[in-house]
Amino acid sequence: MSAVESTDVLVIGSGFGGAIAAYHLAAGGARVVVLERGPWLTADEFDHDFKLGSSYTRIFDFTIGDGMSVLSGNCVGGGSVVYFATMPRAPRFVFERQGSIGRRMWPASITRDTLDPWYDRVSEALPVTQQSWDRIPYGGGLWAAACHHAGRTANPAPSAVDVAECVNCNWMAAGCKFDAKKSLLLNYLPGAVEHGAEIRPLHEVQHLSRNDDGSYRVHYRIVDGEDYRILHDEGAIDAQIVVLAAGTAATPVILQRSEATLGPMPHAVGRYFSGNGERLNTAVFDEEKVRDVLGLSRGDGVAYEAYQIGRGPTVASWDRLDGSLPEYERYSLEQLYFPPGLGTILAQAADAAGPTWFGVEKKEMLRRWRSWLTIFTMSEDDNEGVFGPPPETGAATRFSQQMLGHSSLTYRPTANTRRGWELSDADVKDILERDGLATVTPWTNDVVGAYTVHPLASCRIGDDPATSALDDRHELRDHPGIFVTDGSAVPGALTVNPALTISALAERAMPGIVQAAQRRGVAVTYVGDLPKPVASSRVPARHR
Amino acid sequence: MQPDFPEATDPTSMTLEAFADTIIPGEKRHRHDHAVAGVSAGGGAVASGALELLRHPAGGLADSLDGLAMMLNGHTQQYAAERGLALADDLPPFVALAFADRTALVAQLTGVDHPEKALWVGMALFSNMAFDSAAHLSTPDALRDGHPGLLSIGYTAPDADGAWRFPRFSYGRALADIHPNTTPTGSPA
Repeated sequence: MSAVESTDVLVIGSGFGGAIAAYHLAAGGARVVVLERGPWLTADEFDHDFKLGSSYTRIFDFTIGDGMSVLSGNCVGGGSVVYFATMPRAPRFVFERQGSIGRRMWPASITRDTLDPWYDRVSEALPVTQQSWDRIPYGGGLWAAACHHAGRTANPAPSAVDVAECVNCNWMAAGCKFDAKKSLLLNYLPGAVEHGAEIRPLHEVQHLSRNDDGSYRVHYRIVDGEDYRILHDEGAIDAQIVVLAAGTAATPVILQRSEATLGPMPHAVGRYFSGNGERLNTAVFDEEKVRDVLGLSRGDGVAYEAYQIGRGPTVASWDRLDGSLPEYERYSLEQLYFPPGLGTILAQAADAAGPTWFGVEKKEMLRRWRSWLTIFTMSEDDNEGVFGPPPETGAATRFSQQMLGHSSLTYRPTANTRRGWELSDADVKDILERDGLATVTPWTNDVVGAYTVHPLASCRIGDDPATSALDDRHELRDHPGIFVTDGSAVPGALTVNPALTISALAERAMPGIVQAAQRRGVAVTYVGDLPKPVASSRVPARHR
Repeated sequence: MQPDFPEATDPTSMTLEAFADTIIPGEKRHRHDHAVAGVSAGGGAVASGALELLRHPAGGLADSLDGLAMMLNGHTQQYAAERGLALADDLPPFVALAFADRTALVAQLTGVDHPEKALWVGMALFSNMAFDSAAHLSTPDALRDGHPGLLSIGYTAPDADGAWRFPRFSYGRALADIHPNTTPTGSPA
């Protein structure tokens, strides 16, 4: 083992929670080291390619648990590099949710009103912009037209994509080679580096221990750059403050593994996981009906056939985001593109006499892929996910060289969760099967369980120590100096895409983390400015 | 056109091909093709390169394939015995099954409570990926060479530099009313 290094603040993970912390702490004068388990890629290295070993498999993790599979980022920039950049604020009622615990899940200090200024900051920094109909891709337009036909409303959703630079290639999950998607590689991370933060890719934190002086030692292994199943040298870094932002599927695992050295963890570490109530339906459209019923035409005689074209989800229907409806019956419905492979295997052929997700009828459904549209439900689940004992290393047992692995997560959807899914399934069917527009089927949960691209709440904030791992300042209960700022800190499902809320919570936590660092003797102040956007993700490469 | 894949003759490969063909079926490559049942027009998972993908060292299944084929044939013998089915003895048992029985057996093995479910779902996932994303090939190359799966789903070819761009992408007009409680920042209230 090499000599133990030392820094003021050690940040684990470089997604929204880690990048925002790295920026503010470095800008305030602290020495900051960021350890990221994944590689550091920039625009030149983002491939339009499904081949194993391309950026698509290098920067993405798909971990299969028992009843729940999770997609997450695995690279410098984390989820911001692979996500679809849809950035709505969470509706007001979300903050009043009680979920499974019979009391308000969120800390009393957080409401939509108190979070709005922090939403504003992130929206300015990335930036997030409102979208206009004239640049909404065909898939979003089709969803909007179908909603309108059914008497529903539909909104172009706020986005962190600069649509003037976007070519609508729908390769967002492989990283944006045009830097049109304003990932953290274009704002907070170069800002942090500019202020002296050091980002180390392919450093996977395994566990933490406590030093006699109350500081922490962070133990990592170097991950092989090609075969992530292989771990190389180990090392350790001491820090006064640890900001844990390894992602909802990894943060609790690191803490569970650290129990042997840190002592007991709060009960809520690795519990109350939420899949954001996510559910997917696949519609296969009748092109003639799209033209005749909805009056849509691309101008070349084709009505739609445009599943491949666009930039992920762009239009959402928020009619069921109604605070007067009972909990578990509120959800948003968002049009979505999902790439082939992971985006087709779970789709079910409608009215199949044989199996629905494979076989003859599934192949016939695949032949009509260009006329597909995925509708994405984000609802209110019951925080029913629990992480089992941690694997020997990492957050999951890696199965493939990259991307695929098995996690210890167990998720058994309750009747509440299933009710939301059933209501939304029926709603999507009602909207899209009117007048024979499309046939609609939900993705099967029988193959890899339910499926989320927005894992949340596995190490959450709250006021009740029995049901929250963190206090409302994001400090880990009974372990002062450890803060958690990623999606795991969000108390529960948000009914919308969560990245802006995760980021706003991280921004909100920063003044408190700076104060904690000061109390531990770190020379740091909370400046409170925002990073200057950079035009190209290639800029920080010189620091790599 | 279909890429010229060498036809498997060893029992393991034939068994794996028959499994992949059950996931995404295709047409027979020739009159005496046993592994591919021939229940669907056009190339399926096998013609799309399922074996190549399953054997790809990055995938994670390559070292297990002999064992998986043996297990699959073992399950087939049990399946056939339970139903009194006679299997041709010059073919691997799974290959000797009729397509409907292959399908029924794969449905069992990937069923919710099957103890080996994770293995067979993994095999199915890679078979599907061979067809609709050609994960063993560079995507632009696969399209250029006429990959049957990518062509079947209608995946378009990239620009000359291997990148996709869609300059025409929008109906260009408002197609719905926005929600009345939308905030000035474009979010739900």
